[in-house]
Amino acid sequence: MSEIRNYTMNFGPQHPSAHGVLRLVLELDGETVVRADPHIGLLHRGTEKLIESKPFNQSIGYMDRLDYMSMMCSEHAYVRAIEQLLGIEPPKRAQYIRTMFDEITRIGNHMLWIGSSGIDLGAMTVFLYAFREREMTLDMYEAVSGARMHANYYRPGGVYRDLPDTMPTYKETPWTKGRKLKERNEWRQGTLLDFIEAFARDFPSKVDEYETLLTDNRIWKQRTVGIGVLSPERALQLGCTGPMLRGSGVEWDLRKKQPYAMYHEIDFDIPVGINGDCYDRYLVRVEEMRQSARIILQCVEWLRANPGHVMLKNFKVIPPTREEMKDDMEALIHHFKLFTEGYSVPRGETYAAVEAPKGEFGCYLVSDGANKPFRAHLRAPGFVHLSAMDEMVKGHMLGDVVALMGTMDIVFGEVDR
Amino acid sequence: MIDVSKSLSGELVTCFGEKIIVSESVSGMVTILVPVGQWVETAQALRDDPRFAFNQLSDLCGVDFLGFGQVEWETTSATREGFSRGVEGMGPGRFDWKNRPESSAAEQRFCVVVHLLSTTHNMRLRMKTFAADEGLPIVPSLVEVWNSANWYERETFDLFGIIFEGHPDLRRILTDYGFTGHPFRKDFPLIGNVTVRYDEDKGRVVYEPVEIEPRVLVPRVIRVDSRYKADDLDRAADEAANSSVSGT
Repeated sequence: MSEIRNYTMNFGPQHPSAHGVLRLVLELDGETVVRADPHIGLLHRGTEKLIESKPFNQSIGYMDRLDYMSMMCSEHAYVRAIEQLLGIEPPKRAQYIRTMFDEITRIGNHMLWIGSSGIDLGAMTVFLYAFREREMTLDMYEAVSGARMHANYYRPGGVYRDLPDTMPTYKETPWTKGRKLKERNEWRQGTLLDFIEAFARDFPSKVDEYETLLTDNRIWKQRTVGIGVLSPERALQLGCTGPMLRGSGVEWDLRKKQPYAMYHEIDFDIPVGINGDCYDRYLVRVEEMRQSARIILQCVEWLRANPGHVMLKNFKVIPPTREEMKDDMEALIHHFKLFTEGYSVPRGETYAAVEAPKGEFGCYLVSDGANKPFRAHLRAPGFVHLSAMDEMVKGHMLGDVVALMGTMDIVFGEVDR
Repeated sequence: MIDVSKSLSGELVTCFGEKIIVSESVSGMVTILVPVGQWVETAQALRDDPRFAFNQLSDLCGVDFLGFGQVEWETTSATREGFSRGVEGMGPGRFDWKNRPESSAAEQRFCVVVHLLSTTHNMRLRMKTFAADEGLPIVPSLVEVWNSANWYERETFDLFGIIFEGHPDLRRILTDYGFTGHPFRKDFPLIGNVTVRYDEDKGRVVYEPVEIEPRVLVPRVIRVDSRYKADDLDRAADEAANSSVSGT
């Protein structure tokens, strides 16, 4: 009898379900995975080193490009780290806007996740439904910041500008006209807040639609139930956070446990799983979308009732407005210094973490008192989750590798940094 | 967050005594400086002692303290001609691969920083150590204590060249296959050393020295601001001096 040897196979980096540029070296015994060795770094841009060469504010844009599915959450961690070093606190309205947009980001991220995991596991339809609503979250981004994805909207000391009073509407085209056009523009007649409210009120019914397609779907359950089981102890030991940890039944959410922004004033629940498999993590994410809609509605209500500043009045850190510059010499000087040199941050170090859609996104900043960070390190949830790949995939079939990659919700912008 | 920092620093002092240095940082997170010899031992105690129960390692990273506090533009003392006009010095990003500064073995250069999380007590802790030999920095590995340290240590080895003793699989992780140098060291040029392109004639990918010029526009300056009281700055300076004395 001839000797049977394990077969080593290369997966990626150009593979439709590799979620970017993941290269996996898989050692197979028949169709069973014995060992998985992820090779990452194909998207490594040295963000952390680039941050060291620029004044603090110029690096906010890099944050959008890390986890390019949850842009504002990454900005939030970086901006909070700077605020902690400077010892400033943004106005309450800015905090509420941040809370609201963090949740809009979460919905957008989870919708991309549900769509792409669906495609990976053979459910094409849910992608089309999810992207119908995801488009609206991108419209909200665009209305508030001018960019659909790379918003660059949060600033140390607040947010770049207040919420706009109008919402852009669709123009008539040969394909969209008459009743259809009216339907599409129905929510867009008022302010951005009106649009967000209409969206958030309607959204749970849309989540029901996704659930109809997946939750009791026989194929979906066959592909996810009992796959990639993580015990709570192992999940903690392996550094899992976010839905990866909650799926295993650990009730740990930074929004509740170490609240930042305005989460301590908001009422919401944390869903947790029981079995710690891919299906439970799916259920956790679906419930998180419903909870996000709930948080958004509470933020909308508060923001309606409380107009006010969205930026601190602190010329040493925050640039003055155009109008102020026109008739105030000092404002002009501050503006010039802030945009040529930036502000110096006192010597010290800090770690700020937020509950990003994928898990704990943290920013460790070291300042030596200069106008640029001395060292910045970004704790990306995807990086840690991917390092658990080998352990999770062991003993599963080759086809389950795709299910596991889906459940980790990996984005290579943040894994490779 | 619940303010547990006071009781935590007290507990740390009673448990470890003279072996470690406990300090409070800006954001209120307790920071401990551990001698490199007691690195694993302390980590083990922090994980297993029910008073601490740090069951998760959230983050591990390296810091290269070369050039800490150095500026490229003098702003404090004016001469007869006024402030200095030009940017001076070889700050990060102002040199290329050929003219990079001599790799210096400055003391207290490489630091490993770990952020721990205890879900039981809902608290965080920062743990630091300085590698003893700056020419060949070696720090014991924490993979056995917290498995999530695995890739972080690989990353830190890749980017800083810190060697983690006892790591099961210390390979490069983020940089290219066959990369030379450790890119996040302060004496590594920001523009990098090689560029990659596809050569039509050779029919393969070729590596060439970088052609772009180093171009960092804003000089690095330190301004002592009146907002931060003078004694705060003095204290920070004292702390820095203390930590560098006792780190080894």
